Amino acid sequence: MALLEVSNLQTHFHTRNGVVRAVDGISFAVEKGETLGIVGESGSGKSVTCYSMLGLVPKPPARVSGQAHFDGTDLLHCPPSVLRGIRGKRISIIFQDPMTSLNPYLRIEDQLMEPLRIHEKMDKASARRRAVEALDQVGVPDARNRVRSYPHEFSGGMRQRVMIAMALITGPELLIADEPTTALDVTVQAQIMELIRDLQRQLGMAVILITHDLGVVAGFCERVMVMYAGRIAESAPVDEIFHQPCHPYNLALQQSIPALHHKGEELFTIPGVPPDPGRPIPGCPFAPRCSHVIDACRTTRPGLEPITPRHHSACLRVQQGDLALKPSAHA
Amino acid sequence: MDSAPANPSNPPAPDTEWLRAEKGESPWRDAWHRLRKNHLAVAGGIVILLMALACFAGPWFLTYSYQEQNLELRESPPSAEHWMGTDKLGRDLLARVLSGGRVSLQVGLVATLVALTIGVLYGTVSGFLGGKTDALMMRIVDILYALPFVVFVILLMVFFGRNLVLLFLAIGAVEWLTMARIVRGQVLSLRKQEFIEACLALGLPLRRILLKHMVPNVLGPVIVYTTLTIPQVMLLEAFLSFLGLGVQPPHSSWGSLIKDGAEMMEEAPWLLIYPGTLFAVTLFSLNFLGDGLRDALDPRTSKD
Amino acid sequence: MPDPFLQVDNLKTHFAVERGLLFRRRVATVKAVDGVSLTLRKAEILGLVGESGCGKSTLGRTILQLIPPTEGTVVLEGRHLTALRGDALRKARADFQMIFQDPYASLNPRMTVYNALAEAIQTHLDVPKSELPGRVAALMERVGLSPRFIRKYPHEFSGGQRQRIAVARALAVEPKLIIADEPVSALDVSIQSQIINLLAKLSREMDLTMIFIAHDLSVVKHISDRIAVMYLGRIVELGPAEEVFLNPVHPYTQALVSAVPIPDPERERQRQRIILSGDPPSPINPPAGCAFHPRCPHAREVCQAAVPPLDPVEGVKDRRAACVRLPEILEEA
Repeated sequence: MALLEVSNLQTHFHTRNGVVRAVDGISFAVEKGETLGIVGESGSGKSVTCYSMLGLVPKPPARVSGQAHFDGTDLLHCPPSVLRGIRGKRISIIFQDPMTSLNPYLRIEDQLMEPLRIHEKMDKASARRRAVEALDQVGVPDARNRVRSYPHEFSGGMRQRVMIAMALITGPELLIADEPTTALDVTVQAQIMELIRDLQRQLGMAVILITHDLGVVAGFCERVMVMYAGRIAESAPVDEIFHQPCHPYNLALQQSIPALHHKGEELFTIPGVPPDPGRPIPGCPFAPRCSHVIDACRTTRPGLEPITPRHHSACLRVQQGDLALKPSAHA
Repeated sequence: MDSAPANPSNPPAPDTEWLRAEKGESPWRDAWHRLRKNHLAVAGGIVILLMALACFAGPWFLTYSYQEQNLELRESPPSAEHWMGTDKLGRDLLARVLSGGRVSLQVGLVATLVALTIGVLYGTVSGFLGGKTDALMMRIVDILYALPFVVFVILLMVFFGRNLVLLFLAIGAVEWLTMARIVRGQVLSLRKQEFIEACLALGLPLRRILLKHMVPNVLGPVIVYTTLTIPQVMLLEAFLSFLGLGVQPPHSSWGSLIKDGAEMMEEAPWLLIYPGTLFAVTLFSLNFLGDGLRDALDPRTSKD
Repeated sequence: MPDPFLQVDNLKTHFAVERGLLFRRRVATVKAVDGVSLTLRKAEILGLVGESGCGKSTLGRTILQLIPPTEGTVVLEGRHLTALRGDALRKARADFQMIFQDPYASLNPRMTVYNALAEAIQTHLDVPKSELPGRVAALMERVGLSPRFIRKYPHEFSGGQRQRIAVARALAVEPKLIIADEPVSALDVSIQSQIINLLAKLSREMDLTMIFIAHDLSVVKHISDRIAVMYLGRIVELGPAEEVFLNPVHPYTQALVSAVPIPDPERERQRQRIILSGDPPSPINPPAGCAFHPRCPHAREVCQAAVPPLDPVEGVKDRRAACVRLPEILEEA
């Protein structure tokens, strides 16, 4: 049985301008110890998906439906106390901005000890020892003394390490990393991803990495899910996502990465604008921008179908065997 | 909204496309919509309007004036003749309450306007210039803040005699301090915004930056604070009247009426209840309106 | 050799950190820009890359005189910008403009597109009122926006469109030099390429000289003629864009290039990453000598002795690098 199984998750926000379908019916599974990447641009619903699963979305204005089974428990329909027991202990999250996700008024030590005291009912002395160990594990030099510092005394990269230490201190089975390196410099980004990779191997935990950066995903994830307009466009093992794309959006995303173009030639752009989640259209949400669109795409809403047992696509034409996409040539 | 780049092989007719342009929705309209949905704030606004109408236009329709004395009917409870009863000199309470309301509201508005004008100018200049000038200007504000207001007003009244205009100025002179601080805070945070930097980069003259770019964006909190200052000012006036420093008889303000009413509380409770209730209702309404404005204008809850 | 279009000489921008209530004393100095010299030809696009704290944004703003330099000169087409003051400086701004990073914060939320662009046009050009709408419409079309939206407010546009408005505003005064400070960092990947294409096209069409500041090397490599890599207030490498990317010479540039994720799982698995230890240092207390030496895998004692000058690299065409050990390092490789 998979560690996490999500079925038909939907998160709709009821605002004064109408219903915003942030997540519009997605299903996926994460195995024990697996690394899954969720890729998408802003508005794709990638972050809302994970927040909805963990009950972190304010309910009103949101309405969450569907199922999210974590090791047998349906996170969306269990009593709040059960959810609280899982969140922070067995499933942890790292957020994008380490500036705002740490409490500026508490010492690092207190923030690290908190999950231990709450979830494992540890006594202060042991918790303190574990806190120093955790800080050391994530590569913060002079952990013994630095554990008494305040967040503002750390740099961005260090703060992210502290966040990782906090997330991993209870030994969770699943780590959700929401754009953990977007706010960091490129060299620090490399360090942090290296750290997460090492820790993941050591602890054998599953990781969901949410990002908009295909490059980060290529170096870290085993499987990738591409999201668009609150739905999954394509999901496959990482090699196939890049070398055997089965959805025009995936291909277009890769083609617009500047790194892959020769100097001087005009960059490929995806025409049009990202979709408005408040105004869904009938048919495939990518149709207005797709260069392979046919009439049927505008009327029929495609579901996520398997092309091969491990490779799913929500492109009508690919499903019908009508379209074969050539991967972008890599410079 | 589409942003299809202009197609070079089929360019739109130049100079005429813009004629068919749709009007945009300004951030003010967005705030207005939000305000309208806040029923409490709307109720507050309506009550204020009615109150103002009653106080300014009402006396025309009354049979008695606020100073007409009728010593035989002194301290009589509410009746068909005198809807709110009479005070210790036989004057119709309803008339006095309405004319008193007029005075209180006037003080509220005018004094606040004085505070607003001084405060916004002072705060904008201080915030924008920054550095040592700003520090100096704010230290002056700090020092003035520390002066006991009552002593200051008493001195003014003693030296210049008691008159209504002086009252306005005295109160305004105290309230501008907080306004200046608020505006300065706004200007400080705005100054760091890139669009102000962009104005500087464009080479816009300073005056234009302040008037066209700073002030409109500072207006939000200013409007909110103004709406919340008016009740404070009115309370201040009431306090002064209570001390005997405010409006002099035969004129009345809600404050002086409450003072008189409090003295006669046991024998003629209506003398306290009517002015007190109306005053309280007005204060509530202004506060609800102010809160509603604050929520409506808060940029954090805007569309983005 | 034609006169350079833009000449920056030993530019330094230092900020004082002061303490004390009444008598403020300087306790430290933030050396954001610490001795930068550059020369640009007309219509050249220079890419300026570096990580946070390297001073690239400060350098851009100092060149545009938005921040007064502590030392050094900036000469644009023979005119000393650093010597200009007050109204003369204000009027001179017609020649050099900036595009900012955050499309959400760089436009006045209470001004329509028309007002914002008309204001820009009227600041330096004498255009009769009747012609304004036409000029604004033309500007909008030039950056790829439909003039239909001329009366809309910034919040009614997407991030990419707002950035186009910002570009239009910069072009409105008809500048010769544009400095774009991370113009695409806040945008989605699929929109980034639109804006990059736009800037490249405009630069060609209008003969604009541009300095393109970014932290993303691959973006910069694509649009620039030359690339300058900054570290802690100084330029450490300078050369043709593609060459610097494919064959970085300075150890920092090598680490930077190595850290850029490649969207190809096979290559990612096979590549040898240079992972730098520690964090980028703060410009308050730069290390002695070469600022990079504490993190450099090739550092030796000689590196602490003096600040290495940005010298031509032997054996590599058109390249400059600030590293005293470079000849030995290149030999070891």
